[in-house]
Amino acid sequence: MSPSPEAIAVAAILFVVIAAYALFGGADFGGGVWDLLAGSTERGRAPRRLIDESITPVWEANHVWLVFILVLLWTAFPPAFAAIMTALFVPLSLSLLGIVLRGVGFAFRHTAERLRMQRFAGAMFAGASLITPFFMGTVVGAVATGQVPVHPHGNILAAWTSGTAILTGFLFVAACAYISAVYLVLEARHRGRADLRRYFALRAAAAGALTGALAGGTFGELSFSAPRLFGRLTGIALPLVAISIAAGMAVLVMLWLGWHDDLALRATAAIAVVTVVWGWGLAQYPYLLGTSLSLSVGSAPTATLVAEFVVTGLAILLVAPAFALLYYLEQRRLLTEAESDADLRMAARLERVRPGQPAVAVAPVGARVTTALVLALLAVRAIRDVFSPGSRR
Amino acid sequence: MGVVAHVLAVDPVPARSQMGSSLGFHIILACFGIAFAAVVMIAEWIGIKRGDAAAMLLARRWSRVMAVLVAVGAVSGTVLSYEMGLLWPGLMGRFGAAIGFPFSMEGIFFFLEAIFVGVYLYGWQRLPPWVHWWSGMPIVVFGVLGALAVVAANSWMNSPAGFTLSHGRLTSVDPVSVFFNSSTPYETTHMLLAAYMVTGFLIAGVYAVGLLRGRRDRYHRLGFAIPFTMAGIAAPLQVTMGDIIARYIATNQPVKFAAMEYVSKTTSDVPEWLGGIYFNGHIYFGTSIPSFDSILVGFSPHTRVIGWDTVPASQRPPLVTLIHLSFDLMVGIGMFLLVLAAWQAWWWWFHRRLLVTAWFLVPAALSGVAAVAAMESGWIVTEVGRQPWIVYRILLVSNAVTPSSGVTVTLGVILILYAILTVVSIGVPLVMSHRWRHGTPAEEEAEQVPYGPSPAVAGAPGGPEAS
Ligand code: HDD
Ligand code: HEM
Ligand code: HEM
Repeated sequence: MSPSPEAIAVAAILFVVIAAYALFGGADFGGGVWDLLAGSTERGRAPRRLIDESITPVWEANHVWLVFILVLLWTAFPPAFAAIMTALFVPLSLSLLGIVLRGVGFAFRHTAERLRMQRFAGAMFAGASLITPFFMGTVVGAVATGQVPVHPHGNILAAWTSGTAILTGFLFVAACAYISAVYLVLEARHRGRADLRRYFALRAAAAGALTGALAGGTFGELSFSAPRLFGRLTGIALPLVAISIAAGMAVLVMLWLGWHDDLALRATAAIAVVTVVWGWGLAQYPYLLGTSLSLSVGSAPTATLVAEFVVTGLAILLVAPAFALLYYLEQRRLLTEAESDADLRMAARLERVRPGQPAVAVAPVGARVTTALVLALLAVRAIRDVFSPGSRR
Repeated sequence: MGVVAHVLAVDPVPARSQMGSSLGFHIILACFGIAFAAVVMIAEWIGIKRGDAAAMLLARRWSRVMAVLVAVGAVSGTVLSYEMGLLWPGLMGRFGAAIGFPFSMEGIFFFLEAIFVGVYLYGWQRLPPWVHWWSGMPIVVFGVLGALAVVAANSWMNSPAGFTLSHGRLTSVDPVSVFFNSSTPYETTHMLLAAYMVTGFLIAGVYAVGLLRGRRDRYHRLGFAIPFTMAGIAAPLQVTMGDIIARYIATNQPVKFAAMEYVSKTTSDVPEWLGGIYFNGHIYFGTSIPSFDSILVGFSPHTRVIGWDTVPASQRPPLVTLIHLSFDLMVGIGMFLLVLAAWQAWWWWFHRRLLVTAWFLVPAALSGVAAVAAMESGWIVTEVGRQPWIVYRILLVSNAVTPSSGVTVTLGVILILYAILTVVSIGVPLVMSHRWRHGTPAEEEAEQVPYGPSPAVAGAPGGPEAS
């Protein structure tokens, strides 16, 4: 039985939304990564400020793409949603943890006055920006390699700890960093900051190269772990994969040449990300999970799919213009960051030197990285112990 | 409160506790998401229209508080979206295609809300005054519509409609009937009014404290009057609505109603119990008004009220005492808030002045907390009263819960995180207000909106009495 046109159409919409989240949400997460890597309080002040200014007004709207993905998935493809949420309970919970910590960091770093509190909030924001894309990557890796059965009896540790899934996790972090750096180059240009432009161009190139390498690695891994997917990626989806690679290269060249044309750079970077997401979708077709749950069996009744269509239509009619407005205003710099009290005091000329800016203060790199590693190791051990099937009720 | 309910409950206890506590937390911030923008817009409108510096300053400061609360609201809402799947795959896998539609609508409205929140909050400096004001209007509208959509999803769980099942599989769905099920008009209206009451009374409560401490300037009076008026208008509507809903529940979900009112047997002349603890078939410490429950349900003492004896014990909600006391608390608080609003209205009508005696201000300062308590207990009535069904008379909670191990861990983490989030969402505005109060005039000037009136005109905080 081949899937109905409605099911195909809604699946296509789902992948458009996933691509949008990868672009917009990904750029925000990447901002967190650069925040983390920006060095000492003093050295990292300018880039951190730029990151902060460009993310603050838009992160919440960008975040809604994720909500849309969840809702579309559970409405249009309920069995797949239930299976993924059950089998991948652990990485999904961890990505959620990242989202919450990030929100907390955001909520109070603008008001935290003391340096220590700022450091804490900033670290929370930056650290969480690593956790979320990484674990989302492992989820995608697990789904793509067909490790999620249709009727899981509980969470499945092996599904997302396979080499491919872990590699996909790293790939996601690198890709976020890459897309974010490219956008920050443009943000810097808008603000006439040549130094920051160079700063982020360099990082965009590095992250781009790393993303390419990781993508190559994942691809190689797939040939063993998911031969069907690999076959389709090098078959029917090859044009999309090729475009992605070409666009990725093109961005690197453009950065190399210092050719920072706004639209071209932005669009090329976007194409590199979007095509690879669509390539994945096409490669997976006509299955939702592995080769066990097909689109025709796993999709909702027709009326629901049509309703999702209407909802999408509404979204295009209403959300797209509003979103365009938001970005237009943001690009025109008509939306300024809500001032912290320190800013206000500066404006009142009560203080010449700031006590350090929100999210600008961070502990030394070595200390942070060590702490992060130790915590990550502890977390993995704890997860293994707690979630191993033996401890089930 | 949800937590206590759950720890005591049986079977999928951790999952239910986690859902209840996440929802109980989110709903408070959701109220601000729904109604705070309206308060800010009224203040800014007064500020622009009348050139009122105090109102402008209020609007500006409130919108900074709104930024924090909205961020925490969005985050806790995302947690919920995950949890629908993480905790209840049995519900989503079977009925996602039905309940998903209202959530999709919710998605659109929250998207729009989030976008305009971005524009409004960060547009103070550079947008022209009325453009800025209008950029806040969509937040008010889409906040209401978003809440309507998400509460419709909950109503569907209480009055499932708009689908056909064959062999336990969903074969067709009518999204419009899903959205407008028979409970939707009642629940959505009641919840929207609750949101306006919670937000209004909470903000007014803060300024009531200020007034009590002797800060009687225009800034504090307005800060009290604007939200209090809004909530006060909602209060009588809410009590009326609640009365209507109770009668609707008596016919639509009679077993829930029986638990709310301690109706153990189906008879006429049913007494109305105030308070009381139900234990082993007896009610201790309560007072009863003879036949009054029958009168409330059918306007006559001879009305037969359906008791919980009509269903087997396995289909009765647990913790009837909790359900009954929660209901009593909600109704009690509803009455209290109604009286409070009426008192202020009466004084204003005859004296054209704000009533600021301590007799009034002390309860007014507590009104916000009371409204939150009423709302939480209302939800406990609704949700615990629906047990053991997750979809009323269609799907049992025990068939919907995740088979995954580890919910106890996520429950623990969620509780810790929500403790932090609570500290943030109360602490940050507190810190802000502390700084505002101790700010120097120069600082305050820096806080002015570029197009706002000069603060020298009217009494800004600490300034001379101007009204
Ligand atoms: C400020 C909050 C507030 C106040 C003052 C009241 N309520 Fe309420 N009530 C809610 C906030 C709320 C709520 C939290 O919003 C609920 C939970 C679910 C819902 O839709 O509304 C609710 C539910 C709820 C239900 C259960 C509906 C269901 O199970 O579907 C009933 C019967 C009432 N209410 C009745 C009343 C009565 C008779 C009140 C007055 C005197 C009253 N409420 C005041
Ligand atoms: C649209 C809104 C809501 C939806 C879709 C929703 C959905 C759910 C679901 C799926 C469950 C788990 C199954 C069950 O125990 O029946 C649940 C339980 C619960 N929810 Fe809600 N809920 C909503 C609003 C709220 C709010 C605002 C509260 C606030 C306190 C709340 C409190 C609870 C409690 C206490 C339980 C546990 C009931 C029990 O197990 O005894 N809910 N809800
Ligand atoms: C009675 C119950 C509920 C009401 C009245 C309500 C209302 C709201 C409101 C007004 C907001 C905007 C928050 C803000 O901007 O501060 C919000 C955010 C959100 N809610 Fe709830 N909600 C309820 C329950 C739920 C449930 C059950 C879910 C999911 C299953 C949910 C998911 C979300 C999500 C994902 C967001 C974030 C959207 C964003 O980023 O703007 N909510 N909710």
